[in-house]
Amino acid sequence: MLNSEVLQKIKNKFPDISIEETPNALIISKSAFLDVAHFLKDEMTFENCHCVTAVDRKDKMELVYHLYSTPNHFMLTLKTIVPLDDLTVESISGLWRSADWLEREVFDLFGIKFLNHPDLRRIMNPDNWTDFPLRKDFKRADFIPRPQSQGLNK
Amino acid sequence: MGELLTVNMGPQHPSTHGVLYLELKMDGEIVVDCKPHLGYLHRGIEKIAENRTYTQFIPFTDRLDYLASMNNNLAYCLAVEKLLNIAVTDRAQYLRVIIAELNRAVSHLVAIGTFAQDLGAYATPLFYAFRDREKIIDLFDSICGARLTYNYMRIGGVSADIPAGTEQLIKDFIAYERKQLIEYNELLTYNVIFLARSKKIGVLSKETALNYSVTGPNLRASGVKWDVRKEEPYLVYNKFDFDIPVGANGDSWDRFKVKLDEISQSLRIIEQAIGAIPEGNPVSKVNRVFRGTGEVYLRTENPRGELGFYLVAEGGFTPYRCKIRSPSFSNLSVLRELTRGLNISDLVCVLGSLDIVMGEIDR
Repeated sequence: MLNSEVLQKIKNKFPDISIEETPNALIISKSAFLDVAHFLKDEMTFENCHCVTAVDRKDKMELVYHLYSTPNHFMLTLKTIVPLDDLTVESISGLWRSADWLEREVFDLFGIKFLNHPDLRRIMNPDNWTDFPLRKDFKRADFIPRPQSQGLNK
Repeated sequence: MGELLTVNMGPQHPSTHGVLYLELKMDGEIVVDCKPHLGYLHRGIEKIAENRTYTQFIPFTDRLDYLASMNNNLAYCLAVEKLLNIAVTDRAQYLRVIIAELNRAVSHLVAIGTFAQDLGAYATPLFYAFRDREKIIDLFDSICGARLTYNYMRIGGVSADIPAGTEQLIKDFIAYERKQLIEYNELLTYNVIFLARSKKIGVLSKETALNYSVTGPNLRASGVKWDVRKEEPYLVYNKFDFDIPVGANGDSWDRFKVKLDEISQSLRIIEQAIGAIPEGNPVSKVNRVFRGTGEVYLRTENPRGELGFYLVAEGGFTPYRCKIRSPSFSNLSVLRELTRGLNISDLVCVLGSLDIVMGEIDR
């Protein structure tokens, strides 16, 4: 199974939504994400949500989902873009229970809110924290960034 | 139902295997709800990865699952090698398999020993397991100079070839451990008290396990024949002949038995690898500092399940993002479901059989 086959099947099912294909991943618009996730789980045998994470691209947040289909031996990388002025996305923890804690982790470290999540609390940092440590603009007095040795700057 | 009592189990508790805090709602002896609270060991390793070069990050992976440091090293190095298309010599691949399987055996020995300890088999099984473990730890000490945090794997190979005579030591260990495994079975596996404490406790169904993305021995104990080493072979695992032990019921005893059987399978792999190890230079020739672009997701079969590294590189000397998908994290998330309605002493049994390591959960 290939990315393009999955892409074709999603396009057949949802002709209206915009999907972008990159060498490693499919990028799906935020509004259609939950519908596509439903389709992937129920009809495309992606029964394992392996990993949920985010990448701070400075001008936007990128959510990355790794879904696995056991019969096809295929790991699908699914992405959705979350704009900085609206850091919310529909939770998929109702579909895959494994996403519950993984989404809490993303919320804790990136500050992306998952709508309709059953228990959206911080998971690693204390509840009274206000920082989101994995954002690129994270700054604290006790946080020391990469040591600037001369060899690395050349 | 009487009034519910809230009991705080942990973070400092001998049976929570690290600094895990369980918030229990109890009705007498019965657990009505069990809420795990994490984060007591959170060191921000993913943030550290963004501020270190690729090579500098290898020692930090030791501190994830500190009972299987070699396997963590391996997974990270494989991910970076996939990102940069680095080839590894045959000898290095065989060495990596041998070392990783030895570490798997060590890790399972600790799991078995502490699990028996949790069930009240005070000290004896733990000491037996640690006695065997000591032999491999000493071996690792002679190979890389450290007993717990090895930092042995390198991007593109390993840090040094094994010293002369190691192969014989490993062969001796295999012969020794095979006898010990028979003894463990006689002492522990079919012991009446042990069976009574662990059979039909914390039954994890196939569907629940997949839904929670439980992996590793816990998934196989639920009857799913799934092992990344077999299904999507990395390194040279496809050259070896080994079985995947599978449980029947998915209860705590099955999770224990699968681990015990996996040790003997690991010994089989090591035996074959030692016999076929090619000559050559396993030491990495890759520069210590380099740039990369692209993104990669790679997972390997760790003792506790599938450890995944998601690396995003944007052309800098450091990864732009490094996500660590740790097996214990997903395995622990199923605890709340498993322990509803159990006795508090059975909760200890379930937690012990899930075999979590807080180092990789909190990261």
